[in-house]
Amino acid sequence: MVVTSKFKAGYFILFHISIQWWFVIVSVIMAEDLEKQFGEFVAVDSVSFTVEEGEVFGFLGPNGAGKTTTMKMIQCVSPKTGGKLEVFGMDVSTHQREIKKRLGVVPQENNLDPDFTVYENLMVYSRYFDIPRAKAEPIIDELLNFVQLREKKDTVIEQLSGGMKRRLILARALINTPRLLILDEPTIGLDPQARHLIWDKLKSLQSQGITIVLTTHYLEEAARLCDRLVIMDYGKILVEGKPDALVEEYVGTDIVEAENNPKVIACLEKSAASYDVVGNTIQVYTTNPQELTYALLQECELGHITARSATLEDVFLKLTGKKLRE
Amino acid sequence: MSYFAFPRLSNQVWKVWLRNKDVFMKTYKVNFLPPFLEPLLYLFALGFGLGRYIDVIEGVSYPRFIAPALIAISVMNSAFFECTFGSYVRMYYQKTFDAIIATPLSIEEVITGELLWGATRSLIYATIMLTVIAAFGLIELPYSLLIIPFSFIAGFLFASIGMCFTAITPNISSLNYPTFLFITPMFLFSGTFFPLSLLPEPIQYFAFAALPLTHVVSIVRSLTLATLSGFLLVSFAWVVFVSFLLFVLSVNLMKKRLIA
Ligand SMILES: Nc1ncnc2c1ncn2[C@@H]1O[C@H](COP(=O)(O)OP(=O)(O)OP(=O)(O)O)[C@@H](O)[C@H]1O
Ligand SMILES: [Mg+2]
Repeated sequence: MVVTSKFKAGYFILFHISIQWWFVIVSVIMAEDLEKQFGEFVAVDSVSFTVEEGEVFGFLGPNGAGKTTTMKMIQCVSPKTGGKLEVFGMDVSTHQREIKKRLGVVPQENNLDPDFTVYENLMVYSRYFDIPRAKAEPIIDELLNFVQLREKKDTVIEQLSGGMKRRLILARALINTPRLLILDEPTIGLDPQARHLIWDKLKSLQSQGITIVLTTHYLEEAARLCDRLVIMDYGKILVEGKPDALVEEYVGTDIVEAENNPKVIACLEKSAASYDVVGNTIQVYTTNPQELTYALLQECELGHITARSATLEDVFLKLTGKKLRE
Repeated sequence: MSYFAFPRLSNQVWKVWLRNKDVFMKTYKVNFLPPFLEPLLYLFALGFGLGRYIDVIEGVSYPRFIAPALIAISVMNSAFFECTFGSYVRMYYQKTFDAIIATPLSIEEVITGELLWGATRSLIYATIMLTVIAAFGLIELPYSLLIIPFSFIAGFLFASIGMCFTAITPNISSLNYPTFLFITPMFLFSGTFFPLSLLPEPIQYFAFAALPLTHVVSIVRSLTLATLSGFLLVSFAWVVFVSFLLFVLSVNLMKKRLIA
């Protein structure tokens, strides 16, 4: 009897610990009805999402959607005004220091220290994380290799190109070997080569098990990198899912584009096809482009038509509209 | 959020101090020149130039009268300008504070580190000036050595004053207002180049109540002339108390400005 109950208790404790362990490991970020108000203005409006360990999670959305504001709340530098937000299972309002210790941040706006060289920037930053000099030196060498800035070691920040600055900021974000990386438009203003380089680096970081949260306006980048993403607009999350699944769900696999004229529209209305008018072209959403093209050519006397694969950009534009944000 | 909530600090504030010190040391030759040249210029122009027409002032020669004022003014200027224009550039143009608060440091620690650095600059400048002035035999030793630790405390006061203005200024050029409306009058009317007692009595009271430099000059002068009095303690208490108050205020104002 005694043995059994002891066994039971032990088993129970073990079970309990493993449950807690599971929670701590699994959700790196947990937001519930998270809200941010600036005075009267609601910048982030009751959003809920979770980011799991090891995944790349994207935030998309037009200018002013609330992406940066959300990143700043996760980083513990901008206090939330409502809802719940936990990072590594800790509340952002009470555990800033502990959370920030394990975080790497690439901010939207470059903020490298112009008073220092490339190497010194990393060295000074390592001090903020209490990394002793002797330990920091090999880490910095390794990071400079990783972002291919070794030759620029002693260059002052002012003399770096935009792409080099971005790479250096990525290196700086990695100085404390973070478990979670927050990247606010990491490839903003970079040429295709530099962008590909950053993508490679992020992929290699992901394979090391680092969780990555990123925002971007390059939808191809999001489609390539993100395991899951959300599209935000006016402070709200519109949709959440895997890039491919979102494309399939909201626009189908393919798009047939035709010239905009009333005859075609009348014809499409009859066929009950799903379409949008975008300026001078009509976009017809479909999962069977050949059949549709054939049907349109047959029935609707179209002039010029093209068929192409649907992309995340189509989902984005469909959900957030085509109007420019002020 | 209250204006007088006491900031939560850790020894991480020294990391910010260290950052500023590293930048300072990169151009130390330029930085060490002003405190070396300034007393020479003032002493030659005012002390040995204009001072020729003054036999004694308050019982001492004119160069001996203004020597402590020169040190006090330098304590004021170095900390004030470091924590106004210097801090503003780091905060607004360089985004240095944003970069630091993304690390385990808090904004309170960043601002406190800035203030401690401003005070350190005062200490460095006061020490160099003291050496130059001592070479002219214008001060009493060893009492004057107490000016070195005191310059840190007084520097902290002017750093905090400066930081309050930095926290509320709409742009960098508006920092010229406190410079011309507060620092320049203090430079002239705090018992620096002529005794406070020449001014009308209400203005004397005003100077002691609201012009921090008055107390700093009075303390530094007592030390360089080795004429200690009970009033020294009142002045010292004033400096410590106001420093503390403005330190807390400036940190809270900065927090309000930067944490939205
Ligand atoms: N400190 C602030 N005070 C007042 N309003 C703010 C502040 N910061 C951001 N906002 C507002 O909050 C909204 C969301 O801004 P945010 O920077 O999060 O957008 P974003 O999605 O990152 O946009 P972008 O793609 O242009 O970077 C905007 O309308 C912006 O004007
Ligand atoms: Mg943004």
